[in-house]
Amino acid sequence: MAIGLAHYLTVAAILFTLGIFGIFLNRKNVIIMLMSIELMLLAVSINFVAFSVFLHDLVGQAFAMFVLTVAAAEAAIGLAILVVYFRNRGTIAVEDINTMKG
Amino acid sequence: MIVQAIMFYVFAALAVASGVLVVSSRNPVHSVLFLIAAFFNAAGLFVLIGAEFLAMILVIVYVGAVAVLFLFVVMMLDIDFAQLRGGFVRYLPIGALVGFILLAELLLVIGSWAISPGLPNPAAASGVPLTNTRALGDILYTRYLLAFQGAGLILLVAMVGAIVLTLRRRADVRRQSISAQLARTRAQSVEVVRVPIGSGSQ
Amino acid sequence: MAVAVVLLPLLAAVIAGFFGRVIGDRGAQLVTCGALLLAAALGIPLFRDILASDSPRVIPLASWIIADGVDVTWSLRLDTLSGVMILVVTIVSSMVHVYSIGYMADDPSIPRFMAYLSLFTFAMLALVTANDFVQLFFGWEGVGLMSYLLIGFWYDRPSANAAAIKAFIVNRVGDFGFALGIFAVFTIFGALDFGTVFGKAPSVVGAKMEFLSWQVDKLPLACILLFIGAMGKSAQIPLHTWLPDAMEGPTPVSALIHAATMVTAGVFMVARLSPMFEYAPTAIAVVGVIGGTTAIFAASIGMAQNDIKRVIAWSTCSQLGYMFAAAAVSAYAAAIFHLFSHAFFKGLLFLCSGSVIHAMGGEQDMRRMGGLWRKTPWTYGTMWVGALSLSGIPFFSGYYSKDTILEADWAAGTAVGHYAWVLGVLAAFMTAFYISRVMFMTFHGEPRADEETLHHAHESPWVMVIPLLVLATGATVFGFIGYDFFVGAERASFWKSSILVLPQYDSLAKVEEIPQLVRYMPLIFGLLGIATAYVFYIVDRTIPVRLASQLRALYLFLLNKWYFDELYDWLFVRPAMFVGDGLWKSGDGAVIDGLGPDGVAAVTRDLAGQASRLQTGYLYHYAFAMMIGLVALVTWYLLPR
Repeated sequence: MAIGLAHYLTVAAILFTLGIFGIFLNRKNVIIMLMSIELMLLAVSINFVAFSVFLHDLVGQAFAMFVLTVAAAEAAIGLAILVVYFRNRGTIAVEDINTMKG
Repeated sequence: MIVQAIMFYVFAALAVASGVLVVSSRNPVHSVLFLIAAFFNAAGLFVLIGAEFLAMILVIVYVGAVAVLFLFVVMMLDIDFAQLRGGFVRYLPIGALVGFILLAELLLVIGSWAISPGLPNPAAASGVPLTNTRALGDILYTRYLLAFQGAGLILLVAMVGAIVLTLRRRADVRRQSISAQLARTRAQSVEVVRVPIGSGSQ
Repeated sequence: MAVAVVLLPLLAAVIAGFFGRVIGDRGAQLVTCGALLLAAALGIPLFRDILASDSPRVIPLASWIIADGVDVTWSLRLDTLSGVMILVVTIVSSMVHVYSIGYMADDPSIPRFMAYLSLFTFAMLALVTANDFVQLFFGWEGVGLMSYLLIGFWYDRPSANAAAIKAFIVNRVGDFGFALGIFAVFTIFGALDFGTVFGKAPSVVGAKMEFLSWQVDKLPLACILLFIGAMGKSAQIPLHTWLPDAMEGPTPVSALIHAATMVTAGVFMVARLSPMFEYAPTAIAVVGVIGGTTAIFAASIGMAQNDIKRVIAWSTCSQLGYMFAAAAVSAYAAAIFHLFSHAFFKGLLFLCSGSVIHAMGGEQDMRRMGGLWRKTPWTYGTMWVGALSLSGIPFFSGYYSKDTILEADWAAGTAVGHYAWVLGVLAAFMTAFYISRVMFMTFHGEPRADEETLHHAHESPWVMVIPLLVLATGATVFGFIGYDFFVGAERASFWKSSILVLPQYDSLAKVEEIPQLVRYMPLIFGLLGIATAYVFYIVDRTIPVRLASQLRALYLFLLNKWYFDELYDWLFVRPAMFVGDGLWKSGDGAVIDGLGPDGVAAVTRDLAGQASRLQTGYLYHYAFAMMIGLVALVTWYLLPR
């Protein structure tokens, strides 16, 4: 079977779902959460590139580059916050982070 | 063609498997490594599809920078090998349900979707065979220049932000402050003392 | 000038009421007394003017209600009846104002008191000069309100507050009948001003209308309903229970409102509406029965009371019964004549009793008085004038007015008339007895008060004695001066058209024809009453004690006012309090508050508490929620439209 757009989109969809799972099914620590976000962004990039190739429009790939940029920036900041949080609280177990409880 | 198909399925399966293992690994270091594997397989997919520039960028930036950053932080923080707690199982049914619903819908959309016929075909316009890199450069530095510069600014801000958040000054380390040194006045450094003959300068 | 007379008290009330603190106690007293004295002085030339003119003069002031079919104007009707009433009200009111300067001298709220007195006078004047039912009702309600405010003047006393509310509520019951009467008048006649109604009255005789699913005669229905209002205002049975309790107010209030003016509003109303009552013999009969019964009922109770003011209050109730008994035989003129003289001597009696209370330092129980006549000679003298006048001793005005009523009752020849005559004569005995008892117990005999009080007992200051003298003069000379004009040969030209008496009912014309024994019977009984009191309280003081202990049940029956209060309490007050309590606690508290503010608040707090459980603080919970929202959104868009 010829590999078409649908296949790539399916892969992206599955990866996206896995990222979502990772966010709220993880009970271990926040780093897993950040990694799941990276997974989701990866899935989105695959989507962009797939569309860009099949629609013969390069803007999708350009945008995927921007997604990459933003993902890197966000990972840096997120990890910085995590480090500071760890310094102050001494733990990054997800269950202990509930100071926003209302 | 057949090779392409096989490679596609291999890369796809490995990416999905890595994703699963990222989420469910007990050891966070393992999670990071599986994330790296996922990135690599995604890069392979990109190469297959013809976006080789992006694939290399993925490897260099994502794997080389972001994932390594993750690894650094994971190593730096003193993380226990957290046990798989019971709460995981509690949310599994509902989470799985929600996830599968989303997946089903996405697949539904993909399956029933068709390209609009009147879409322009920009690749056919130019006659010169371009590499992916060249083509990307063409549009990135002309049409999307402002977005490009914006991306640069985002990175700058992120860098500054990360430093601001995590910098701490340690009290027992002496640092040089060049500007303070240069701003020293004569009055601060030299003191003229008349010393009588025979006695010290104190 | 009439406008000045009516509005001066209002002006004084406004000034003293709102600016009392600015002008001070003295200022308030001066303003109100000055205004009232001026009004009284102006009332005399006004009366002369009225006598000189032939038909009633109506002075419109301002229009009030202009609606479909109802056209009510603020106006002053000036005829003999209103002129007489204006004189009564202004003279007695001004005397009470002057007296209050002395009596209330130590009170902390003098401006308020004087303002209330003046405002009451205004309301009463508005009532007597009304040219239509609505203004009459306005004045009616106004005096009721002022009565409430003045009875409860010392509002820090719970007994005063309770008495004020009792007076207002019992009056309300009467006013409800009055209002129904006004509605009936409007339904029958289609208009509310006196001129129209009186003109049409003869034409509706015998016509019937539906009331509570019965067919009743129109005119008697309206008259009886209006008379119910008079029953409440003038404290006739069964709406009399408020009057003795109204003695909680200061004595000047009792003198003005509950002796001379407000309670006489009912009598005035019946006289004013004589053109209607004359054509409704049924209604007149009801008036007579109730009046006569009240006369003897109240007199019997007055005999057993120990509080000096309460005796005089029951006396008022009884005398009002006399006035209604006079109206019952179409002797409206005699009723008003007695009203006028009663205003003098009853007001005098109240003010004198106030003087006694003032002298005794606040003591009101006669059992603790005695031997006061040397200490308070002026009060003693004037009070005897009032007592003799009340007892109907010749030469004093009470003799002329009261005896005329009884003579008219007999002369009318009707069953109601005879009934009222018998009861009236018996009541005359009781009246003389109880008032003489008051005099003997208070002023004669050995002093029963303690040393301290006796030492301080003193005559009242001149500012209190002068009104006593003025009223005593009225109580003495008014009788034989006014006899001819009010009820004698000149009455037709005196009253002109303000009172209507149909020739077939005119009992006053037949007064000359009654037997001598009948004529002098009230006097005989009156003298007997005084003699009995003399024996009981001067000669042998043990007789009343022995009598009371032997006829204990009867004594207690009289002392407890024929147990009317207890009956009403059981019949009306307790069920009403029960319902009120229930509605308050269960109805309002549990149901309305529970469903409304409290309930809503509790539910809101509940919901908010439950909603806040969503805010767990865990980031992945929030992400999960976002996910669910996202899935929902996608599902929504995927659904076929």
